Order: sequence, then C-alpha cells, then structure tokens
Amino acid sequence: MSDSTPTQLPVLNNACSRRTALKAIGATLGAAAFARALAPLTEWTADLSVDEFLQKHYMELSPEELKAVFVRLEEETKQDYGADVTIADPRPLPGVKFGYALNLSICIGCRKCAEACHQENNHDRPSGNSYIRVLEMAKGSIDLEQGNVDYDHPVPHEDKFYMPVQCQQCDNPPCVHVCPVEATWKEEDGIVVVDYNWCIGCRYCEAACPYHARRFNWVKPQVPTEEINPDQGYLSNRIRPQGVIEKCTYCLHRTREGRMPACLEACPTGARVFGNLLDPDSEIRWVLANKRVFVLKEELGTRPSFFYFFDV
Amino acid sequence: MSVISAEPEAAPTAERPQHWVSYPYFLWRSIVLATDGSLMFYAWMTMLTAVALVGANAWAHQVVEGMGVTHMSDHVSWGLYIANFTFAVGLAAGGVMMVIPAYLYHDEDMHKVVIVGELLAIAAIVMCLMFVVADLGRPDRFWHMIPGIGRFNWPVSMLTWDVIVLNVYLLLNLHICGYLLYMRFLGRQPSARWYVPFVFLSIFWAISIHTVTAFLYCGLGGRPFWNSALLAPRFLASAFVSGPAFIIVTLLAIRRLTAFEISEAPIRTLIAIVRVTILVNLLMLASELFTAFYTGGAHATSAEYLFFGLHGADGLVPWTWTSIVFNVLATAGFLYPNVVRNLPLLVVSCALAFCGIWIEKGMGLIVPGFIPSTLHELIEYSPSLVEWKITAGVWAFGLLVFTAALKIALPVLTGEAREKIV
Repeated sequence: MSDSTPTQLPVLNNACSRRTALKAIGATLGAAAFARALAPLTEWTADLSVDEFLQKHYMELSPEELKAVFVRLEEETKQDYGADVTIADPRPLPGVKFGYALNLSICIGCRKCAEACHQENNHDRPSGNSYIRVLEMAKGSIDLEQGNVDYDHPVPHEDKFYMPVQCQQCDNPPCVHVCPVEATWKEEDGIVVVDYNWCIGCRYCEAACPYHARRFNWVKPQVPTEEINPDQGYLSNRIRPQGVIEKCTYCLHRTREGRMPACLEACPTGARVFGNLLDPDSEIRWVLANKRVFVLKEELGTRPSFFYFFDV
Repeated sequence: MSVISAEPEAAPTAERPQHWVSYPYFLWRSIVLATDGSLMFYAWMTMLTAVALVGANAWAHQVVEGMGVTHMSDHVSWGLYIANFTFAVGLAAGGVMMVIPAYLYHDEDMHKVVIVGELLAIAAIVMCLMFVVADLGRPDRFWHMIPGIGRFNWPVSMLTWDVIVLNVYLLLNLHICGYLLYMRFLGRQPSARWYVPFVFLSIFWAISIHTVTAFLYCGLGGRPFWNSALLAPRFLASAFVSGPAFIIVTLLAIRRLTAFEISEAPIRTLIAIVRVTILVNLLMLASELFTAFYTGGAHATSAEYLFFGLHGADGLVPWTWTSIVFNVLATAGFLYPNVVRNLPLLVVSCALAFCGIWIEKGMGLIVPGFIPSTLHELIEYSPSLVEWKITAGVWAFGLLVFTAALKIALPVLTGEAREKIV
C-alpha cells in the first residue's frame, strides 16, 4: 500500500517505519494520558513534606529527632487546624501496669464516656467517632449478640443493662501480632499504642481485633479550631493523619501524669475504676480481689487488662 | 531481576553474540513484538489501557481524598480490593496445574504450552500487588515494609509471609519465563540446571502462596467465619478450578486467534484436573455448611447472613446463590463426558466456574468475615463506584500484561521471532 501513496515524508512511505511512527505517537499519547490520570496525586504530594515521608519508626528516633518531629507536627496542626497545641511524649512510669474495671450494675448507658473520649482525643467531628461503644443488653444474657448500640430512648431502660466496650489493652494482643511493619506495640505499662506516622493503613489489625477497638481515618479528621484539645501526646490524642489506624490509649497523656482517663472523669455514676494493677493498695486491685470479675471473649486467649463486674 | 538471573553461564563462542549485545536486543524485540498486531489486537489493547487509566485516575482520587471514597467502614474494613486480591492469588497458584503435568510427569503436550500458565502467574501476581497497594491507606509509606530499611514484622505477622511468598513467586516465574524465552530467542537449548530447579521450587511455592494467603484470615480468632482449618485446603481446591478454567479459555483463544498450534491433549488434561478439584471444592463447601448450620450459634451467624440474610440485612444473598448456581452448573458442564469436543459448553463451563469462584473467594469470603462485626453489629457493605473503577483498572492492567507476555512468548517459542530478525 505504501507504493500507491504519493511521496510526502519518506517515513510515511515505508510501511514498517510508518507503523513505528504510529506506535511512537500511540506511546506518547498513552504516557500523556497516564500522567493526566494520576495528576490528582500532585496535589497530595505538595502536602506531604520530605521530613514526614522519611521519618523513621518511633523507636529509632533519637530524643533530638523526636523533639524535631513534635515541633513539625505542632506547626502542621497550626497550619491545618489553626490551633496552638503542645505535643509531648510521656513515657510509661516504672512499676505501673494499668488496668480498668467497669461496674455493669451501675452503668446507666448515658454514653457520657463516649462523648468525653470524642472530645479528649480530638476525634473527627462529622463521624462522631469515639473509642467507646456502649452496648444495650437484654437482662438475662451477657452474649454480645444480644447487644444493641443504636438505642435512642431515655436511659436506663428498665429491662436492660449497659456494657461500654473499648480497647481491652490485651496482654496477648492479636492486633500487635498481625501488624506487618511493627507500627503498633504494647508498652511497659500495658498500653497498646500506634505510631501514626509509621502505620501504612493496611487495616489488618482492625480485622484481627475481637473487640472492635480500632478505628481507621477514612478521611482527614475535621475538628473546629476552638474544639481542639491542645494537650496532646505523640502516641495518643494528637490529631491523626489521614489513612492510618488509631485506638484507645487509656488517655496515656493524662494517666502517665497521674490523672484519670477522660471517660472515667465523665462517668456520672462512678461505674469506672482505673488504676495500677501492680499496686496492691489500688482500688482496681480491691475490685479484682473482692468482686466477681470477668473479661470479654476470654476463650480467645487475648488476656484483656479490662474487667467487668456486677455488684449484685 | 530476570535480567540478571537469566544470564546463562555458557561462554559465548565466536559465532554467538555476547549477552550484553543479544540480551538488550532480545528485550527490544520483545517490546516490538508486544506492540505489534492486528487491528483487533490494537482495539483490545486500547480498550484495556483506557480501563486501566480510569482505574489509575480513581486511585489517585482515593489517595488524595482518603479511603472515605470507598464504602468500607470500621465494621467492614476490607472489601472489594482484598476480595479480588484473594481471588488473584488463586489464579496465580492455578497455573501450577500445568507445571505439574509438564515437568513432574513429562507430559510433552502440556510442556509445549506450559508457559501460558507461568505467564498467567506473573500477570496475576502483578494484580495481587496492585490490589494490596490500592487497599493501603498510606501507599507513600510502602517502604516501611521493605526489609532492611523498614521494619518487617517477620515471622509473627502473616502479612509479612505473604509479602515474601508473593514476591518470590513473581521472581521465580519471571526468571523461568525470561530464561526459557531468551534461550529460544537465541535458538539455543536451555540448560536444565538454570531453570529446572526453579520450576520445582515454583511448584512448592504455588501451593505456599495460597496457603499463606488463607492463613492471613484463618489465623484470626476473633473472626469465626474465617477461623476454620478448612480455609487453606478450600482455597487450594478453588484455585485449581479457577486457574485451569482461565487457562483453558486462553488456550482456545490462542488456537483461534493465532497460528500457534495447540493440541487437544493439554486441554483434556486440564479438564480432567478441574473435574476433580471442582468436586472437592463443592464437597468442602457442603462440609462447611453442615458444620455451620447443624451446630448453629454464634459461629454460624456470618454464614446465615451470607446465605439467608440476617434481621433483614441480605446484601450478599444474591451474590452467594449466584456463585453456588454457577459452580453447580459448571460442575455439570465439566462432568459431561465429551465436553472437550463441545467447545461452547466448555467455554461456558469455564466462565461459570471462574465467575462462581470469583464471588466465592472474593466478596463471599471477605465480607461475611466482618458481618456481624466483632460486637455483633450488622453493618452491610457494597462497593462504591471508585472501588469498582480501581478494581476494573487493575484487572485491565493484568490482562494487558498477560496479553503482551503472550504476544512475546508465542512467536519466540515458534521461532518466528527469530526468523524475522535473521
């Protein structure tokens, strides 16, 4: 067919070269289309600083490097959320292992704990996220299958009792075992934490947790400037990046400094008991010694540090 | 990797060109072969490219806006991506059903076409890796998983095992295919010691990729639906249905569309394999259903949701019954005595088996693991448009890789590619 074509450009006359030329055009168009298709990524990479991209694992950062990270995160929070915050990193106290116990006889299901958690931990506002879910249970069963979280009526309901569930800070935590990159681990005082700057967002831990304790940041959290809690911990309640897992840390930024978790302070009935399991004089030890306590899903062998009990 | 490992050690003689000349030439010829074809070929490749681009664009949006553009939630935290990942692992493992007859039992007819299975493994693993990346909330932190520079939680995390077995399986197949094709391209006899040990390793490895992938799920005590010792064997049985089914259709398509000769014998062997595996898979399904429903209780709630719906939530019921009907019809088709001569029946049976297992090992396996949730909440899931786009894009890219690989391999095997250059 090249014979019948009038001579214009030599390359177009040669069937083989013409095909090569067409292929080259095709490849160029393809590459351009590919660049166009991925163009939204440029907006995202503009947001992502080199320091953030290259940041090492929490345990590999020297104290100076950590300090620099905190400063960077504080600046980013100022820039993105307009709030002046302090990010600290209180370490576990020697001789302390935290435990939590919850009195099911007096919990009224008001969800004040879930609300306090929402505010304390700078949770995403539109989703109403909280690390605590309160189950309304039918009397006569402690089977979670009988529970309901979506109750919407005055509490306490006569025929019901209430069971708040949050991270059980397991001694044999399945979530920690499955993490492919060691972005989550159990600290000396028993608290399971996440390095939000190391998590890759695979959500394997979320699948592994038997207590629905983990949450994923499906979008960048939205918190109005005036509602941001400025007292923040690197491993706890600082505003999380998009695309990473988060969880209850027993408010370690408070509890490691001798204060109580926000959920306990908010509880109007005193159903919550928090303290040091290694201190024989602590209230939690008294509960464990004098009440009939149980843990959730004991058969799974996760060994929770969160206990439930009834008064009567 | 194959570039390095494909270098044979034989000293080049006077008439043989040096590898540093001939290997780049081989690669260049491969690119030419992969991009050369009929109008229909261009239409096919253009269509696949277009779909892949739609997927790439959807993924870029997902990365920027967050995984919130999917319909996954804290309750159903894995969805269409992980479902397709699981199925694609099976597809990759399925190719080994050609390798075993060809190399272990010296089936000459199978040996002539075995590369189709190995190339399918490559394309399927590429898809697996893409599905995993699509599922990551922070793909920019992918390097955290690289041993040495990241922190690799091996051997405790099953996911790190999966990363290892999938990548090694990819390298094994790249090496085997790369080496054999390069030798054929040069017109030289491949040296057994440079590929046969790798082929035998790949047989073992094919089993391992699907076993380890099953262990990802069945090792989770908090998810009773997955926490079954039957999961890994069932994964393998179904992989050895979907893989051969796909390969049979590919072989028929090659016979129809190219001059490459394919005899009936390998197709006959693959049908014989599927006749066993498809029944084993159905038997295991029956066994699981019996255990779940006869016992009842909390362990059966996910199965109840999957097959019959629970408290009005029944999003997966149509999916799962479609899968069962497809699998049963495919079984009937494959068991039909002369199915090898009845091509329409054969193709339909393959398609039904493929789709049936795609549902069973995909949505039908991953999603009910999360429903009801660990606190027994019933939150349903159906994929968003973005998830469908990305999934279609990955499949299109996988088919693109597979088509291009076949376009290179077939003329190289027939010697056609060589004749053209001399």
